[in-house]
Amino acid sequence: MERTNTGVPNEKMLMWAFIGSECMLFASLIATYLTYRGRSLVGPYPEDLLNIPFITVTTFVLLMSSLTMVLALSAVQRGDARGSRVFLLLTAVLGIIFVGGQAIEFSHFAGEGLGLSRNLFSSTFFLTTGFHGAHVTVGVIWLLSLWVLTMRGRLGPESSVKVEVAGLYWHFVDVVWIVLFTVIYLMSGS
Amino acid sequence: MATIEAAVPDQGRGASTYAGGVWSWITTVDHKRIGILYFVSGLVFFLVGGVEAMLMRLQLAAPGNTLLDPATYNQLFTMHGLTMILLAVMPIGAGFFNYLVPLQIGARDVAFPRLNALSYWLFLFGALLLNSSFLFGGAPQAGWFAYANLTSSQYSPGHGMDFYILGLALAGTGSIVAALNFIVTILNLRAPGLSLMRVPLFTWMTLVVSFQIILAFPPFTIAIVFLLFDRMFGTLFFEPLGGGDPILWQHLFWIFGHPEVYIVVLPAFGIISEVIPTFSRKPLFGYPVVVYSGVLIGFLGFGVWAHHMFSVGLGPLANSVFAGLTMLIAIPTGVKIFHWIATMWGGAIRFRTAMLFAVGLIVMFTIGGLTGVMHASPPADLQQTDTYFVVAHLHYVLFGGTMLGLFSGMYYWFPKVTGRFLDERLGKAHFWLTFIGINLTFFPMHFAGLHGMPRRTYTYPAGLGFEGYNLTSTVGAGITLLAVLVFLYNLVRSLRSGERAGASPWGGATLEWSTSSPPPVHNFDWTPQVRSRDPLWHDGVELPAAEEEIHMPNPSYWPVVVAAGALTLAAGALIGLPVVLLGVAVMVGGIYGWAFEPIHG
Amino acid sequence: MAERTEGYSRVPVQRPTLWITALSLVVLTAACGGDFPQSSLRPQSDVARSIDDLFRGIFWLAVGVFVVVEGALLVAIVRFRERPGAERPKPVHGNTALEVAWTIVPAVILIFIGVPTMLTLWKIDRPPQGEVLRVEVVGHQWWWELNYPDLGVTTANELHVPVGHTVDLRLRSEDVVHSFWVPRLAGKRDLVPGRENQLWFTVDSAGVYPGQCAEFCGIAHALMGVRVIAEEPDVFERWAELQSRDAVEEPGEEALVAAGRSIFFGAGGCISCHTIRGTPAAGVLGPDLTHVGSRSTIGAGVLRNTLVNMARWVKDPQEVKHGNLMLDMGLSDEHARDVAAYLGSLK
Repeated sequence: MERTNTGVPNEKMLMWAFIGSECMLFASLIATYLTYRGRSLVGPYPEDLLNIPFITVTTFVLLMSSLTMVLALSAVQRGDARGSRVFLLLTAVLGIIFVGGQAIEFSHFAGEGLGLSRNLFSSTFFLTTGFHGAHVTVGVIWLLSLWVLTMRGRLGPESSVKVEVAGLYWHFVDVVWIVLFTVIYLMSGS
Repeated sequence: MATIEAAVPDQGRGASTYAGGVWSWITTVDHKRIGILYFVSGLVFFLVGGVEAMLMRLQLAAPGNTLLDPATYNQLFTMHGLTMILLAVMPIGAGFFNYLVPLQIGARDVAFPRLNALSYWLFLFGALLLNSSFLFGGAPQAGWFAYANLTSSQYSPGHGMDFYILGLALAGTGSIVAALNFIVTILNLRAPGLSLMRVPLFTWMTLVVSFQIILAFPPFTIAIVFLLFDRMFGTLFFEPLGGGDPILWQHLFWIFGHPEVYIVVLPAFGIISEVIPTFSRKPLFGYPVVVYSGVLIGFLGFGVWAHHMFSVGLGPLANSVFAGLTMLIAIPTGVKIFHWIATMWGGAIRFRTAMLFAVGLIVMFTIGGLTGVMHASPPADLQQTDTYFVVAHLHYVLFGGTMLGLFSGMYYWFPKVTGRFLDERLGKAHFWLTFIGINLTFFPMHFAGLHGMPRRTYTYPAGLGFEGYNLTSTVGAGITLLAVLVFLYNLVRSLRSGERAGASPWGGATLEWSTSSPPPVHNFDWTPQVRSRDPLWHDGVELPAAEEEIHMPNPSYWPVVVAAGALTLAAGALIGLPVVLLGVAVMVGGIYGWAFEPIHG
Repeated sequence: MAERTEGYSRVPVQRPTLWITALSLVVLTAACGGDFPQSSLRPQSDVARSIDDLFRGIFWLAVGVFVVVEGALLVAIVRFRERPGAERPKPVHGNTALEVAWTIVPAVILIFIGVPTMLTLWKIDRPPQGEVLRVEVVGHQWWWELNYPDLGVTTANELHVPVGHTVDLRLRSEDVVHSFWVPRLAGKRDLVPGRENQLWFTVDSAGVYPGQCAEFCGIAHALMGVRVIAEEPDVFERWAELQSRDAVEEPGEEALVAAGRSIFFGAGGCISCHTIRGTPAAGVLGPDLTHVGSRSTIGAGVLRNTLVNMARWVKDPQEVKHGNLMLDMGLSDEHARDVAAYLGSLK
């Protein structure tokens, strides 16, 4: 490990700073969503379409993936090769289930006549959740890449910082979803 | 003098050399070479932006002039603004960051050398993509601020705005990546003993600016993504007929755009905070306050964006709040000016060209700052906004402030980078021509604006009293251009036959003067141990006895591959899906190649 | 090695004074001359005067600060120039009392700017009380539609107002963001699509006050002028009464006018964009032309309204105002002259 002034490894600090930047990205999206809430000129409106029970399930799946991520990191740090493989793959699979749920939701909305350019709700909804979905997808690819490394036995405790950084990213993406879930789904009734 | 020299450790004796050839520059991950690349690219774009400005000034020399048609003029003012701010001043600033920060903190390179190369290539490709719009049906013509809904596909048909979006997306990503890298570098790679409150001011300002970049660019990124979707997929973000609100763009743009002002000016403040102490032979007066005021400016910069929008009709309450916050910024800014003067006070000032430019900055920025306070007052601003008064103000800040500071830095650090001095006689000619030229150009604009001349107009009628001011401005622009030519001549001549400079030609206090000029690839033979704020002045450097093992990162072509993939992806948005997919493939391949490349040989 | 280390000053000092004198002379020369009909420094309404008073106060404060700061700088660079043989200056790292002082002083100065600012801001933002003349101002690329809902008048580009009477403008836009700005009467206010803005002022004295669009709005933005024509109330009333009438065919009109009318309503295709009240012409894309002959300018202030200029305009609008949205209807010289004669008759 290189010496650093703060004691925080460079990779981790890079990820923290990146997360700071990402906060502004999602803040802009969320602010836009809130600004345009209830201002669509034509339907379908959010209350006609949003399937809260379904999304609650996929939200739960995503939250569980944070737990498996923690377990994966701990396994890597302990040098537990089997645990590393299992939990990294499990995290990625849970992420895939979440993104799949989003795909189902999107195609359902499109079927109900909510195209991207339909109204302000569709514009803001698709871009906000789409941005988040893209982040989850990147995370899944990242986790699968790490999983391949574990399969080849190239991810031991000495390189656990790689998993730690991926984990930071993954938890951040989860936290963002909690905010989005609250703003878009739970607050849709009011 | 001798005592100062004695304090300079003899570093950089075992100078290793760089590989030669174009390929070595393309694959370089060395912060000094990347700094030079940024600097040269920025200088080229500075010339491009200058030619654009000169053409506009020629058009405006006389009322009703027909040298340029309105479409051309509108492209020129749009590209002039974008080029100068994002493609000239920021990259020249980035050149300084790259070259100097590792040297000033006693590091061998930045934290992520390959990421640093990626930043540069993203910037360059974005800049080229944006400028290529001149060849493919015309540049954007909606101003650098590109207010919606003039930018919709209805009101801005053609691809100009698409080039704006895609070019700035690339360049902006490059800026964010670079800023992340510098945050980690400055926080983590400082030499032992170099606590944050001993870090040179220039490095401090780099840190502040880096934080501003990572926080200010994302809202703009989101704004251009919205605009891209509006234009390409018919979303309604800025479409009034669909309930969208064009004012949303203004908010998102200025949340980026106002911090951007400080992003370009703070590095210049950092530079002259180094130059003034060196040439006054006195430490910076009130170092902690100068640091904190810089941080405060950076922080307040995020709370004032709506002062660009006083005429929008946000209501008196919002206007009052933003006016108050904007006025507050005058305090830390004023404090900085007082501290520079106090540093000179009681000093022994040597008027080398670098110092002349630094003093020039104080003179000009004071004027720009005072007119800035006038805009902070919403009623006054209602008369001034979107007039030549604002053009005058912003050029006093950006040319009089930023550019003079950057020139000061060029004269100050040129010996460090090249081992040779820039010629002092030519330098002084450069300074005085610049100083006269810009005052002649921009001072009359105050009057033109107050007397009712709006900005962004390709012509004006005779009889409103604008003729004299405009002619004077055009003459001034010619003199400024002459000054730039003198500078270029000086640059080329001094590179070849300038007087040789030693490790510490000016007797500076900071670590970069402790290594040879130019520094070796690995910067320092030994990692310095720092014991004071002005290490080379106060016997503040201690060298370890033992030789260190030095590992420098290998050159890598993956950064340029990833950037090329991003460029292909962006260009694909204009060409078609297959090209987009190709770009994605190249990018992903590049990232994997990067991830599995051994860093050290 | 021919390396050099910076020593004591060898380059002779240059005298900036001469340059600065020359510079100020040039600027002063440029500053004089011309009577500035569009100047924000020559206010002619209550609102513009409030702003001007505020600005002048801030301006003189700024001049004071400028003199003090640049004076201190000047003293520093003259007095503390390096002298041969002098000792190395004493390293001063700061002075808390001084630093606190020059943080507080600017704050105090800002109070002197901030308080009058807030007072003026809230004063000019207080909606007008009592009787007002309401005018709807609609921004179009690149002209102004002006409706007087209470008077039944619709015109373009020339805003007639009565002196001493508060005018309440309601501003909106049909296309992109514009900004209404007549410097001698008020500050800018934007016309934003999808929103309505408000601006009001009371003009002091009769006169013509030019202004123009102040938010970049596309290719012909530079040529989007507006003129406020302030008249004594009785003159204004006569004007309004005349403008509210429909266009009528005067008996015994010239042949040219009749010829022009038939082109206007026929081959010219003018009626697809323009309205002339009292006739079948009811287009809404271009300005209302019912009384176009009574206006003083053409094309939002690009040309004076004469028969020759009007003929030039209808023949080739792009030549006169590049990029504007009026179509070139391919009129011959004669036809253009006829149409101009007809439009000129619409007083």
